[in-house]
Amino acid sequence: MSVLVNKNSKVIVQGFTGSEGSFHAQQMIEYGTNVVGGVTPGKGGSQHLDRPVFNTVQDAVAATGANVSIIFVPPAFAADAIMEAADARIGVIIAITEGIPTKDMIYAKDYVKERGVTLIGPNCPGVMTADECKVGIMPGFIFTKGKIGIVSKSGTLTYEAVDQLTKAGLGQTTAIGIGGDPIIGTTTKEAVELLMNDPETEGIVMIGEIGGGMEAEAARWIKENGNRKPVVGFIAGQTAPKGRRMGHAGAIIGGADDTAAAKMQIMRDCGIYVAESPALIGETMVKALEDALVAKNEE
Amino acid sequence: MNIHEYQAKDILKGYGVRIQEGIVVDTPAQAVEAARELNQQTGTKWFVIKAQIHAGGRGKGGGVKLAKTYDEVKEKSKAILGMQLITHQTGPEGKKVNKVLISEDVYYPGNNEPKEFYLSILLDRGRSCNVIMASTEGGMDIEEVAANSPEKIIKEWIDPRVGLQSFQARKIAFALGLEGDAHKEMVKFIGALYRAYVDTDSSMFEINPVLKTSDNKILAVDAKVNLDDNAMFRHKDFTSLRDLAEEDPLEVEASANDLNYVKLDGNVGCMVNGAGLAMATMDIIKLSGGEPANFLDVGGGANAKTVEAGFRIILKDPNVKAILINIFGGIVRCDRVANGVVEAYKNIGEIKVPIVVRLQGTNAEEGAKIIDESGLKVYSAVLLKDAAERIKDVLKEQAK
Repeated sequence: MSVLVNKNSKVIVQGFTGSEGSFHAQQMIEYGTNVVGGVTPGKGGSQHLDRPVFNTVQDAVAATGANVSIIFVPPAFAADAIMEAADARIGVIIAITEGIPTKDMIYAKDYVKERGVTLIGPNCPGVMTADECKVGIMPGFIFTKGKIGIVSKSGTLTYEAVDQLTKAGLGQTTAIGIGGDPIIGTTTKEAVELLMNDPETEGIVMIGEIGGGMEAEAARWIKENGNRKPVVGFIAGQTAPKGRRMGHAGAIIGGADDTAAAKMQIMRDCGIYVAESPALIGETMVKALEDALVAKNEE
Repeated sequence: MNIHEYQAKDILKGYGVRIQEGIVVDTPAQAVEAARELNQQTGTKWFVIKAQIHAGGRGKGGGVKLAKTYDEVKEKSKAILGMQLITHQTGPEGKKVNKVLISEDVYYPGNNEPKEFYLSILLDRGRSCNVIMASTEGGMDIEEVAANSPEKIIKEWIDPRVGLQSFQARKIAFALGLEGDAHKEMVKFIGALYRAYVDTDSSMFEINPVLKTSDNKILAVDAKVNLDDNAMFRHKDFTSLRDLAEEDPLEVEASANDLNYVKLDGNVGCMVNGAGLAMATMDIIKLSGGEPANFLDVGGGANAKTVEAGFRIILKDPNVKAILINIFGGIVRCDRVANGVVEAYKNIGEIKVPIVVRLQGTNAEEGAKIIDESGLKVYSAVLLKDAAERIKDVLKEQAK
């Protein structure tokens, strides 16, 4: 078991023949991901990376049975690509593209929701199930199959957490990069819920940042559902000033509720282990698992 | 992207939103001319002189003045132009005023008392749709209203499939206690405002105050507009609205080099790949006893050129006493970044502040070797924890 993607996933790449799409599709194939083809309008019928290219997602699904799509389409056309994938009933759509206008995402998210499919991102590093399937741009070699699931708004900070978990000997089940935009398809809470229900995942690392209320929503959900697994949280941006956008379109402090300090306090109040420093994510998870084990033995 | 009040009002007027009329000028002589012209256009006898800076709270800081004669227009605009205007949003050093907006007086007496309202449109991130917020508490800071009397804030969420509906605009106007002509005017005002918001790809409109004049007109006295940077490719004409004088010179230089940089007040500079890790690196600096001097994300394509540009920008900040470079190589190869650091170091000449370079991920060891063998005064680290310790050591040494 794992969540969202696994060794049976049939993946297509939208924006397959572009430079980003080509590079990362190649990396995904090398990791062992079952990339069954790609979509580039106007290039249907040709071959790329030894795989068929289709004009439309619908054609790709009909020919290959694809159930996962990864999107490397430029920002101006990315919302359209997301909706095309949803229209073709791709079950899991993963949008890597950074810089999609907010207005486009309002429409795309509504469209995707209406069709009952899952959207991850945009502006995310993708989803990775260790040793099985990489649908994204995360460096594969830092992962080891293990027992911790990761939910994160940030790319390189996810790699940091993955690396620390590998070095701590815990390894990973699935890492979900949910994205750093103000509107994203899958929220922190929804991603945490997936991992909470995954039998292979024994602990969850939840990495957030300033801006918005998603971490607080996830923390409350975890508490209301009885803290079934140890959760370690980290919020980036403790030193960020109010009202300034810190790189990610969504990373901006709006009021008193979406500062790092406020979010960390809510997480603590909900029984989550908060790592004060990003260097301590792995160590904090080791401690959380030990505490859980002690609690279990004392029962 | 933030724009000035006069630019925002120009945009709104184009969509049929009634505004307080005004003319923007940059000298006192032009101010008098503008006042005479406004008098001809609108019949206004009095004028409001408004400093054009991006920060809010201009009135309290002395950047908004009423002038009752042309002499006063000249005298007061002379006082405001060139002043260093300090408000709660500018920081203690304030912002220099380069332009003033000469505006008509809209608080003239009549059959009714003028009344101020608050209106804004923004994204509700939790619901992934736009929301219109309104309040009878016009002219007040909305955060204060939200904290003290949240019941006075009216919200209408907009269904993306059908957009703003008339009944929603009517609901807001009724909730604001309006009737008759003023009610009709407000419904029209909200409709035009929402159209402008969607059409321009804005991420925030704040009209505070919206005024009901003594003769029941509804108009925007102030206008704060924030445009979605990601949508600029659809609005090429908006690029000219950017005012570089409003931005920190280092931030302007960084954006010209495609670097994502935010200037802060601390003593430890940093250069990182990825926005989340960059924020986390700032946090590490603080936990190590320093204060971050900046946010700097060099992005996924970090190379010798971007590293050098980043270095030069960080070093221009006189507060910087140490630099932490933190790269987690995924696609980016650490040995390349290391070579970039060495090359940049040599190109720039002598760098007096100590540098800690933490390289992790793809080819991290090769990268560390390049740094260690370069003979430069650069400390290398592989683990984030070690980098934090190194920064602690460096700061301690400097404190001696």
